[in-house]
Amino acid sequence: MVGKSEPINGTAKSQPPPSPLSPKSPDLLSGYFSFKSLKLKTKQQELLIRVSILCLVYILAFVTRLFSVLRYESMIHEFDPYFNYRTTLFLTEKGFYEFWNWFDSESWYPLGRIIGGTLYPGLMVTAALLYWGLRFLRFAVHIREVCVLTAPFFASNTTILAYFFGKEIWDTGAGLVAAALIAICPGYISRSVAGSYDNEGVAIFALLLTFYLFVKAVNTGSLSWGLASAFGYFYMVSAWGGYVFIINLVPLYVLVLLITGRYSMRLYVAYNCMYILGMLLAMQIRFVGFQHVQSGEHMAAMGVFFLMQVFYLLDWLKHLLSDTKLFQAFLRMTVTSAVGVGAVALGVGTASGYISPWTGRFYSLLDPTYAKDHIPIIASVSEHQPTAWSSFMFDFQILLFLFPAGLYFCFKRLSDATIFIVMYGLTSMYFAGVMVRLILVATPAVCLISAIAVSATIKNLTLLLRAKTKAPQSASGKGGSSGKAASKGSLDQSQPFQKNGAIALLFGAFYLLSKYVTHCTWVTSEAYSSPSIVLAARGAHGNRVIFDDYREAYFWLRQNTPPDAKVMSWWDYGYQITAMGNRTVIVDNNTWNNTHIATVGRAMSSYEDEAYEIMRSLDVDYVLVVFGGVTGYSSDDINKFLWMVRIGGGVFPVIKEPDYLVNGEYRVDKGAAPKMLNCLM
Amino acid sequence: MARSSGDNAQALFHSLRSAYAATPKNLKIIDLYVAFAVFTALIQVVYMALVGSFPFNSFLSGVLSCIGTAVLAVCLRIQVNKENKEFKDLPPERAFADFVLCNLVLHLVIMNFLG
Repeated sequence: MVGKSEPINGTAKSQPPPSPLSPKSPDLLSGYFSFKSLKLKTKQQELLIRVSILCLVYILAFVTRLFSVLRYESMIHEFDPYFNYRTTLFLTEKGFYEFWNWFDSESWYPLGRIIGGTLYPGLMVTAALLYWGLRFLRFAVHIREVCVLTAPFFASNTTILAYFFGKEIWDTGAGLVAAALIAICPGYISRSVAGSYDNEGVAIFALLLTFYLFVKAVNTGSLSWGLASAFGYFYMVSAWGGYVFIINLVPLYVLVLLITGRYSMRLYVAYNCMYILGMLLAMQIRFVGFQHVQSGEHMAAMGVFFLMQVFYLLDWLKHLLSDTKLFQAFLRMTVTSAVGVGAVALGVGTASGYISPWTGRFYSLLDPTYAKDHIPIIASVSEHQPTAWSSFMFDFQILLFLFPAGLYFCFKRLSDATIFIVMYGLTSMYFAGVMVRLILVATPAVCLISAIAVSATIKNLTLLLRAKTKAPQSASGKGGSSGKAASKGSLDQSQPFQKNGAIALLFGAFYLLSKYVTHCTWVTSEAYSSPSIVLAARGAHGNRVIFDDYREAYFWLRQNTPPDAKVMSWWDYGYQITAMGNRTVIVDNNTWNNTHIATVGRAMSSYEDEAYEIMRSLDVDYVLVVFGGVTGYSSDDINKFLWMVRIGGGVFPVIKEPDYLVNGEYRVDKGAAPKMLNCLM
Repeated sequence: MARSSGDNAQALFHSLRSAYAATPKNLKIIDLYVAFAVFTALIQVVYMALVGSFPFNSFLSGVLSCIGTAVLAVCLRIQVNKENKEFKDLPPERAFADFVLCNLVLHLVIMNFLG
């Protein structure tokens, strides 16, 4: 459906300038839809086509994410979403004040966790608002249904937003293509499938919203759009820790504009309004706190803010002074003193420790080898590994080569908006190369830039097709955006050949796009729709076998253990145990206390009598381990055991990794190392 | 060298004064407001240096409200100034309404942040 709409889209896009060709289009369309009786004008037809395309794309984006709901059941996937679900449940039951001030003693025994101050509330508040809204309209939904379907709903909203963003950067054609591409792009689907109730589902919508509103503010120079972008930034800060990307990309973009000589009053108004109001709003989230003025990651924004003031001052003085020589002298004085003062302030701040340096999580993005050596917990998460080429091809397919083509088109028509999208695309692609998880952040940029390439190419080709031989003035009249059509008027005799070439290329484009749709649907169905908590496999006779072991285990815990029992397990399962088993855990996925996790790791890797002492000191009643040997499940605790050793060894030097290896190899059968055979695991 | 830069500074100062006297009255009022806001922020910073920054959120909200309203006033000045070609289609009433709205949001957030 998506591939079919492209040619119609292409023909409709050449309508707006009234030309001698307009009588042709109602005939073309009436062949399909019999508009003769409705007598719609061209503009109304175009509007109808656009609205219907957007409606279909909206529904498509929602429906393509429902594979796991149809195959298994409507449940929350994976690990992190269970924590989000538990907090949303708490919010809807107890209200906002209790949620904001919540201290949870059921996780991280015996330390507890200040949940109210250490989470990003955007996702939970959004789901709770949707739930209360639906309840107000007397729909009797359960909060779990709302949580499961929040991500697809916001994915649909993202497509509409991509349309508006594309319209802002290029034109409505590019907007429509961008909406269609992002609706099914696997890079986005991977984290926003139904059941994946995680921050990224809402955060990508907030990211695109902030960027769209900021570009709109820079284009119009209006304070109200700047205010809207500040609110978009606030929503992003409340939703995901990746907001650091915005607070660094926007100042970088402003810096690039300043360097390329595109300073303007609109830029000043937009950036200042967004920075001040956005910073103030962001500091209302307790987890973020004062980081905007104290952390090294946010200093770029402040630096650019002061630089903008200097630029404005210089611009104003240049306007006041009519004598340029005086101005040059003054310029020299001011710029040197401003740069000097700024450098001194930054140096003093960093040296005295007031401005904290970049935290490990973000520093490992700039220096990818940092985490492996210094912070094993970050290095152990599979999503944090560097990306292979196959992942890029898997997640983007044809967008991967449309991306450079789109960059070419953007550079041909440079404006404030296209510079922004080029920068967003390049920086996000770099980060996507460093960490697999960040392909998600690159997806909107790649979709938008590819949409520009697709839209511009198809527009040129269809203009080539629609140019008539007997009216050279009409060819030059609509040769506005395509140089090919203007030069075409002089090549009458080679026209049939060019027309055939254009038709062939259009069919090629149609074929490519339909291949893209097939690939995306296949990827969504096979790779990204598994709930990770319920596993399916083929039995010996080809019948489907469902393993529901995880949930059965948690339910056993819930029913057969005393309510105050403490369960020790590796941190992967912590959220699920508290959410489904309703028991206190020692460590969970939040991983905020490395020493506590290392204690558990040490217990798992020590001899049984030492481990017993450690577990007695932690008041542990039950130990949960996951073993996949019987069914051939490969990501169980034996597989993760070396990470337990490494993390435990990072804090307690008595645990040494070579003790568990045989000749440098990891073996778990009879030939394994003696320490490995005798430890608790 | 020193004398010529001193002369330069003098000439600069004089030409700045004469050029500034020619700006319209409404812009001068906005400039006065900006100067007042920045001055208030400076007083707060000096006070913090003397007394210590204990309720840091209160200090930040005080300083940022001054800087915020100064910046918003400068944006208003930009949009109302008749010599700016980019904003000649914008009616000054709309610019002022935007200014009031942004200030309202700013001060509401400050009141929440003040503690």
